[in-house]
Order: sequence, then structure tokens, then C-alpha cells
Amino acid sequence: MSVLKGKELRIVGFLCNWCSYGGADTAGTARATQPTDLRIIRVPCSGRVNPLFVLKALMNGADGVLVSGCHPRDCHYSAGNFYARRRLELLKEFLPVIGIDPRRFEYTWVSASEGPRWKSVVTNFTARVHELGPAPKWEDVPARYDMPEDLVNPIRPLGCGAHPSLPELKEAIKAALADGLEGVLGWKQGFDAIHAEPVFMTTPEEVDSLIWGPFNVQNLAVQLPLYKGRKIGVVVKGCDSKGVVELMAEELISRDDVKIFGMGCNGTVNVSRILAKLPEGARIDGCTCKGSKITVLSGGESYEMTMNEVAQDKCRICTKPNAVLSDVFCGTPTTEPEEPEDGRSPALRFLDSLSLEERMGFWKGQMERCIACHACRGACPMCVCRDHCVSDSRNPEWVTQEDTVQQKLFFQLIHAQHLAGRCTGCYECERACPMDIPVFALKQQFGRTIKKIFSYGAGLDPKGTPPLLTYKVDEPTIKEHDLA
Amino acid sequence: MSSLLFATPKELTGWLAKLAAGHRVLAPRQEGPAVVFRPQTAEQLAAADAEALLKRSTSSPKQAMLPQSETLVQFTSVKDAEDPSKLTTTLTVPEAAEPTVLFGCRPCDARGFVVLDRPYLEGPLKDPYYGARREATVIVTQACPKAFSTCFCNWVGSNPADSEGSDILFTVVDGGYALEAVTEKGAALLEGAGFAPADDKRQAVEEAHTAAAQGLAPSPDLAGAPAKIARRFTDEAFWTKETVKCLSCGACTYLCPTCQCFTITDEGSQLNGRRLRSWDSCMTPLFTLETSGHNSRAAKSARMRNRVSHKFSFYPERYSGYFSCVGCGRCVVSCPVSLDIRHMVTAAIEGIEAEAKPAATEAAPQPEAEAGKDKNAKGKPKKR
Repeated sequence: MSVLKGKELRIVGFLCNWCSYGGADTAGTARATQPTDLRIIRVPCSGRVNPLFVLKALMNGADGVLVSGCHPRDCHYSAGNFYARRRLELLKEFLPVIGIDPRRFEYTWVSASEGPRWKSVVTNFTARVHELGPAPKWEDVPARYDMPEDLVNPIRPLGCGAHPSLPELKEAIKAALADGLEGVLGWKQGFDAIHAEPVFMTTPEEVDSLIWGPFNVQNLAVQLPLYKGRKIGVVVKGCDSKGVVELMAEELISRDDVKIFGMGCNGTVNVSRILAKLPEGARIDGCTCKGSKITVLSGGESYEMTMNEVAQDKCRICTKPNAVLSDVFCGTPTTEPEEPEDGRSPALRFLDSLSLEERMGFWKGQMERCIACHACRGACPMCVCRDHCVSDSRNPEWVTQEDTVQQKLFFQLIHAQHLAGRCTGCYECERACPMDIPVFALKQQFGRTIKKIFSYGAGLDPKGTPPLLTYKVDEPTIKEHDLA
Repeated sequence: MSSLLFATPKELTGWLAKLAAGHRVLAPRQEGPAVVFRPQTAEQLAAADAEALLKRSTSSPKQAMLPQSETLVQFTSVKDAEDPSKLTTTLTVPEAAEPTVLFGCRPCDARGFVVLDRPYLEGPLKDPYYGARREATVIVTQACPKAFSTCFCNWVGSNPADSEGSDILFTVVDGGYALEAVTEKGAALLEGAGFAPADDKRQAVEEAHTAAAQGLAPSPDLAGAPAKIARRFTDEAFWTKETVKCLSCGACTYLCPTCQCFTITDEGSQLNGRRLRSWDSCMTPLFTLETSGHNSRAAKSARMRNRVSHKFSFYPERYSGYFSCVGCGRCVVSCPVSLDIRHMVTAAIEGIEAEAKPAATEAAPQPEAEAGKDKNAKGKPKKR
């Protein structure tokens, strides 16, 4: 009662059993006076603290969360706190994107003998949270629905014309099929001229239906784990190839099983942007692509647009238009541009311009229309748990069946958290969303922090290790958060 | 049925704003690139641009009757102070359904409710939650000004001006809207609206309806489809091939105006919580996972087979031939991999002869498939 109405705030502490819990005990036995806002949960190791514990507490109304473990090099299990340090540092950098003040979360190290240190950690952290006051509640924040439709200028010329090497690619696939490959994943035209659909090509006729161009939007890497142990091929754009590579790096598919076919990509379209240029519900009668110009025929009219107007956001900042790994690469590679200065998605750019409370309002407005279909998960090549997603579990129950903004956003947080250091930035989550919710911004927030701290990009090296699956004893790029 | 009334855009929004005083008014609203049905206040409606309220929604309006998640009952248990093993449990049923105006449905959306009515309201067990909302809701439908590229309502015995399931049907005409009450509920809502009689617009309305119907691609012959798809059931190779690209994500089921499956869960603590009913999807493996660990539909092909068969075979076989697909095309347009139910249905029935079944089944009427076919030709609403 006093927690809610009185002067106390709700602070959750996750303390490692071997050091910090002992430290708190030491402080207690020494009768050290401490604030009483902290509610302690004892965990075996700071490495046991799933960042989702912290997110769940903060999303459900905690005013602050403190994690404390053994000092680095002093972990009872040797390396638990090394992993924790990486995860929790990333988490701290992530929080602002959903409108949570990063000062409400802290992690630190206290050993069992450091009673006085514990006392000052808890006193300082509590004072900090009190300074911030009670956490804003999702119910009270006004939802906002605005997001400027800012198009990012492409860092390379985008095109949509016919690829001269497509016949060569088809021949190569036919040869590979004749050579014993079970099938090759590619694209063919979908239900109309501006939609492509994936196809698993097994016959020469099916290979003839293969298309290459601005409508090949789907990332086919998502299908590969389903064929594990079978010899198949896959046709990739540069971005798709990163998914294939990341799956290999994580040993979810075997390099020997997959034959990769690539060609230089000149960008793909955001179909919604094409449709927005036509009258509502227009029937597509045909489409021609030349240079960087797309002409859509509909109801006797022709509508002209350029790739610059309709390209997907990811293509505008793409630096890997060619397969990063391939067995067969047809035609000349597309020129690879330098890293852009600002590679943010429009949503992330907009979020960065908002205050913390406005960001909560942004997600509230966006997630309200989420129908919880989880197409974002289905389309994600790195969501490899497939039928065993932790969000479907009732025990532990990460998300309830309630259709509140918090629950629906929490699912997105699980997705983003599980992709930290693994997301190749293929954008499929956002493209697949039937309600057009800019969920990619959450993954990009992790992505840019990982780049900053670990200089790592997922999907570039089949022998690479995602930064959260490893550690360094000394982390020169992570600064200590000393609360004492 | 009744006479036509004419409303200018301002009069229409004014009427909706007035209705908002005594009703929850759900109308389409643009949110980002998506359009969703939202409760709107009198001020919002009065200030709204009528055009903005006429957009086709990205998700279906089924949430008006079957919310994404609803509380069936709230439970609170108090332990006896003397004997903690004794519990006194209080159950609270949520308040009765609010009077609602569902504005801006399309004919397919409104027909979706007729599809839902059969399992939810017909038969010995009626669903009181759904029933109460259905009772309390007046459906105001816009006849489609034109067919979308993914529309196929003509396949399932309907057309862009079908009034089945609607209480009021209105059509965009020069300078405004021609409204017509379809049911008494609709007539009551229009009473006192102050719209001018507009029987002179009858011809314009008919022409608009015909023009929209002509925009639809011709329907294949779906007579006998339920039996044919049933015979396709065991053709595993067919379903595997058709669903190779499927991500099993479930977007189709949640967007569908007629997908009706739900799950029931208790949320909160054991002593204080809510029993919820929320949308479920036959596309997820959990849907059919048994306690033993066995899953009767472990493969995505089996799940999609269920979805297609339910719409075009199981449901029509159970409910006198009516398909449980209304042809809105949302599952087609929003599928991340452009999986097309139209293609699956035509491919499934291709090359299959409807088996000569025992007389009882043979004689069963299939009004939807039959009636649908010739009605389409005339572009007239289907009457039952």
C-alpha cells in the first residue's frame, strides 16, 4: 500500500546469489541504514538475468530496475557476468527508443564482503529514481498517430530494368538441378504484375518462371532452416545473402547443403508506395520497368513513377547489393557504396526527434492497431524457434492474451531482444506487417548500438559470432557504471 | 425495400456526429498507411472529411462483434480468515453491449457477420457475448464504388452492392450519398436524420452498382467445390506444393472477416483475474497441439489445408452450401508472400470430379454456389 500511495517508489533488484545478495546481507547484518524502495529478487548469477526480466518490470510499472552481480573476473560460474555486461549494456542503450528513461535501469557489481558499497549503491540508485519520480504510465500517455512520410535519399542509383544476366542465371540453376540439387528457391510473378511470390523450382519449366527485379521483395533465407539436411539452392539479393550467412554462422544450416545463386541488385520496391500512387483499389493490368522508371497500367491509364519514389527504405541505404557469399554469381556486381552517414529508418529518425514521453505515445499509437498476427515473426529469417516461440508459452507467461498496447509491444521487445546482434536488417518484419507498423526501428536501435560498441554487423561472416554469444574479459568499449 | 434518401457529405458527418451522442460509432480511420475501425467521438465525426470515413479498412470490422480479446468473466476470490482453505469467489460478467453504429463496412464485411451468425447464433448453443453485440449494432454499409484488384466477392455468391448483413446500404452518387434502409433497425436509425427523399437517384445508384460489378473478373465455376475440396483432403503432395512459400504467420486469419476461432485463457492471478476469449489462428502449431505432445497439424501444409477447406468445404457442408469466405481479398493483399486463396481453391478443384455421393448428400441444396453463379451475371443482390 505504501509502495503505491506513500513516498516509496517501486524498484526491482535482481541480485546474484554469490556476491551482491551476500553484499546486501552484509550491509543488513552491519545494520547499515538503507532506503526501503528496493524489492530484491535473488538469481543464481547476473548472467541469469534475461534482459526481458528488466523490460517486463519496466513495462509493467516498475520505477527502476537494478541488476547487481559479482565483479568481473569474480563470477562464481567464471563468465556469467561477462555475458551479463554485454546484454545489459545493450539493454540500457535500447530503452530510450521505447520512451523509457535509461537512468531508470542500472547494473553494477558488488561483492559479498562489500556491505558499505552495497549501501551506497542502493542509496544512490534510489536517490536517482526518486529524482526521476514515478515512471510515466502507458495508460496516461497520449497516443500519437503521426509519422512524417520522409523518403531517404538513396546513396546509390536505384534501378528496375531487366537484368541482362537473368538467362545466364536460369541456365546455371537448370544445370545445378540436373546435377542433383533438389530444388532452388526463387521468385516468380505473383497474382499481379507488381507482386512477386516465392517459388521452389524443381523443373526447368519452373526455372523459366524465375524473375529478377524490383518486385523480388521476399527474403527467401527464411525458408532455409525448413530444408535442413537437404541439398537445395537459393537465389539471393545482397540483403538476403546476409540472412543465409547469419544462419550459417549460427550453425542453423550447413554451408555444404545450400548452393547460393546471386546477382547484383538495384533495389526493390515497397508495394504500398506504388499502390499509394494509384486510385484506391486499382486493378493492376500490367507493369513495365525501364531504367529507374516504373510504369503501372491500370484501368486504361498508365501511372509513371521512379524507383526513388517507391523503393523500400532499406534499399536506399544498402551497402551490400551483391551477395556477400555465393557459389554462382551472374553478371557484373553492382557498385557498392560507402556506409551512409545516417542509416536510420524513417521511423527511428522520427523517434530520435521525440522526447521520451512522446516516444511512448508513438508506440502506443502504433501498437494499438497491431492485430497480434505475428507476421513479423513469420517473415523473420532469424526467428528460428519457429513453432516454439517463447511468446507462445503460458509458463513462463511473457505475454498475456490481452490486447493491450503493453502486451503487444512486449512481443515486439521479445523479438527485438532475441535479434540483438543477429538481425541482418532485411526489414522483412516491417514489410510483412499487414498493419504497416514500423517495428524495424526497434531492431535498428539494437543494431546501431551493436555497431557502436562491438563494431559488428550480422550476416557478413559465416564464421562470425554474434556479440551476445561471446565476451571479452576486458571490454574497452563498455564503460563502468559505478553507483557506489 | 424502402425509399432512397440523399445526404451531402456534411449532412452525413453531421448525422454520424449526432448518433455519437447515444451510440458508440465505429468508423474507418487512417493510422499511418493502415485504415482501421475506431470508436470516434461526435467532435471527430463532425469535423471529419466524409471521404476519409469511406476508405476500405485494412483489417476487417469483425472486431466490432468479436473483439481481439474480451473478458468473459471477472473472478475475485477471498480467503476465509478463519479457514484459509475456504474461498469465496465472486464472478462479475462484463456490462451489456453498448449500442453501436458500425459505419463504413463494405458489403463483403457485412456479409462476414452473416457467416459468423451461423456458428455463433444458430443451433442449440448461442453465444451471448456475440449475440448481444450483434443485437446492439447497426451496420451501415457502403456499396463498393469499384472492385479492388484482389476482390472476388462474385466467387462466393455476392456482388459489390450486396445488402445481405447490412442494416443500411449507401451508394456514392453525384454530390453526396444515396442511403437506403435494408432492415427495420436501419430504418429506425435513419428516422429523423432529416435527409431528403431521393428516389430520382435510383437510376444513378443502379448504374453505380452495375459499374462496380463489371469491374470484377469473372468467377470460376465453384459448383460442387465443397465436395471436390473434400476429396482433395488426402492429397498431401498438392497441399505441400501449394504452401511451399507459406510462412505460417497467421496474418490471413486475423485479417479475415469470417475467421472465428478463439482461445480461452485466464489472466491475472488465481485469486483475482479475468477469463479472456481472444482470437486464435489455425495457422499456428499451438492451435492443434494436444496435451500428449502430438500435433495433428504439425506441418504448415496441413494448417493451410484446414483454412481453405474450412472456408470452401467444411462450412458449406455444414451450413447448406454457404461458403465462409466473403471474397474481400484481405488475405491475398496482405500476405507477405502473396499466397492467393483464389489460386488454391481453383487449383484444388481442378481435375476433380465431384464424387457421386449417396443420395442424401447429393440432394442437399447448395444454394450459394448455384445461386451465386446466375446472380452474378445480373449483378443483383442475392436474396435468401
